[in-house]
Amino acid sequence: MKVTLRVWRQKDGDSAGKFEEYEAEGLNPNMSFLEMLDVVNEDLTTKGEDPIAFAHDCREGICGTCSCMIDGKPHGPETGVTTCQTYMRSFNDGDLITVEPFRASAFPVQKDLITDRSAFDSVVQAGGFITARTGSCEDANALPIGKEIADLAMDAAACIGCGACVAACKNSSAMLFVSAKAGQLNLLPQGQPEKDSRVLNMVATMDEAGFGNCTNQYECSAACPKLISEEFISKLNRDYLAASVKSAFKASAL
Amino acid sequence: MNILHVLFRSSVGKKVTMAVSGFILFGFVIGHLTGNLQIFSNPDKINSYAHFLESLGSALWAIRLFLLTTLVVHVWLAAQLTIENRQARKTGYRQQVTLRATLASRYMRWTGVIVFLFIVYHLLHFTVRVTHGPEAYPMTVLVDGTPVRDVHSMMILGFQEPLIAIFYLVSVGLLSWHLSHGLVSMFQSVGLKTRTWAHFLERTVWVVCILYFIGNAAIVLAAMTGQVRIQNPQAVGFACRTDCEVCGARNAEALAETGAHSEENQS
Repeated sequence: MKVTLRVWRQKDGDSAGKFEEYEAEGLNPNMSFLEMLDVVNEDLTTKGEDPIAFAHDCREGICGTCSCMIDGKPHGPETGVTTCQTYMRSFNDGDLITVEPFRASAFPVQKDLITDRSAFDSVVQAGGFITARTGSCEDANALPIGKEIADLAMDAAACIGCGACVAACKNSSAMLFVSAKAGQLNLLPQGQPEKDSRVLNMVATMDEAGFGNCTNQYECSAACPKLISEEFISKLNRDYLAASVKSAFKASAL
Repeated sequence: MNILHVLFRSSVGKKVTMAVSGFILFGFVIGHLTGNLQIFSNPDKINSYAHFLESLGSALWAIRLFLLTTLVVHVWLAAQLTIENRQARKTGYRQQVTLRATLASRYMRWTGVIVFLFIVYHLLHFTVRVTHGPEAYPMTVLVDGTPVRDVHSMMILGFQEPLIAIFYLVSVGLLSWHLSHGLVSMFQSVGLKTRTWAHFLERTVWVVCILYFIGNAAIVLAAMTGQVRIQNPQAVGFACRTDCEVCGARNAEALAETGAHSEENQS
């Protein structure tokens, strides 16, 4: 099959970018979108042109590295998959496909389709962890967790941090990501001791990074390759409110 | 952490403030509609109700100030959030599809702005009473002889102008639409919406919004189509006898319906 790509090309973060069109010919419909880009790049390299820079790593939908706004939707037209799991059979022969980087002030473009998503790392560093003792691991089943809670925490933990939520949100809000990262720990007993400081610090870091505000449209959840529910945003709001009230009245050490 | 800082500076807190101020304003419009529905009863009912509200004096001003502050906070934060959201994506997409955002949620800004302009006009029309001449704001007396503003006639006179009636209908329609997203959204913003009852909440909100629109539209349409009539003879420029042939049949009929009441008033 054959498609025409309209790709955003930008030399580096300081340069102005523009769209350029490329013909991708001789494609197999069972190629992934990234493999199709590999073919185009192979061609560009042979011609002595600069290949299209795009982020990729595991190519099996679990690392969260691949991105791209494909025809106006993060990770392409299918639901619940990443760009590397999007196959050319999802497009028609002869289609014009627009490929853009994720757009957000907090995700500056580095080159072509690659954006700097380290703002997400800052949010996780602010509280997306538990302070655990070192040493041998705990005995299995020493800490019972109900199946419903375990399932819900697992739903949140499915977040791969790709940034599709930010890319899809008209406000570039990172609420789905932050709520998933905070929610998975806040649901479990291991996350309880640091629950309040976690939400306060993660939300503060999110705000500082320049992400927008949530308008409760849930485009994030629809675009999420792991289909994480907006229910976690509600939980983050609830936990944040509770933590703020508690923190306003808490006792402090001398 | 300072609570005010949370409510007016943090992203999550600002949404909470939007939700709470929106909820207060929603409470007001429901109360306002309930009061207005008294137009379908005897004119004395709504006139004495309006007189009661005016006689509250400083308490009325305290309520007005509270509601005005709430409105200012709601609009101010909406503007601030909008500016922040624009700054969060300075370069837009060439192409972006909408996946599941409802139309109401996508037009909140526009419905909000139009409703705000409507509130300004509505206050000038019926509270400050400056959009029309003095003939649009008649006086009357209650059964006990207290002179009061004839709110009953004032509303009907107001809605007998088709352009104004349509403006009111469109505005309350847009407000109902605004609420259809806002009422669900406020539960999400304070963290009370979960998938357990999200569908129930969404459906309930739709019913509430439709009922709210029907209630408001009924008042405007009833006044417009003459289902509710002016019953104050002075207000229709008719302060003589019922057997006068100069005046229109509609006025005579209106007077006939009032019967004993207006005779008592005229004496």
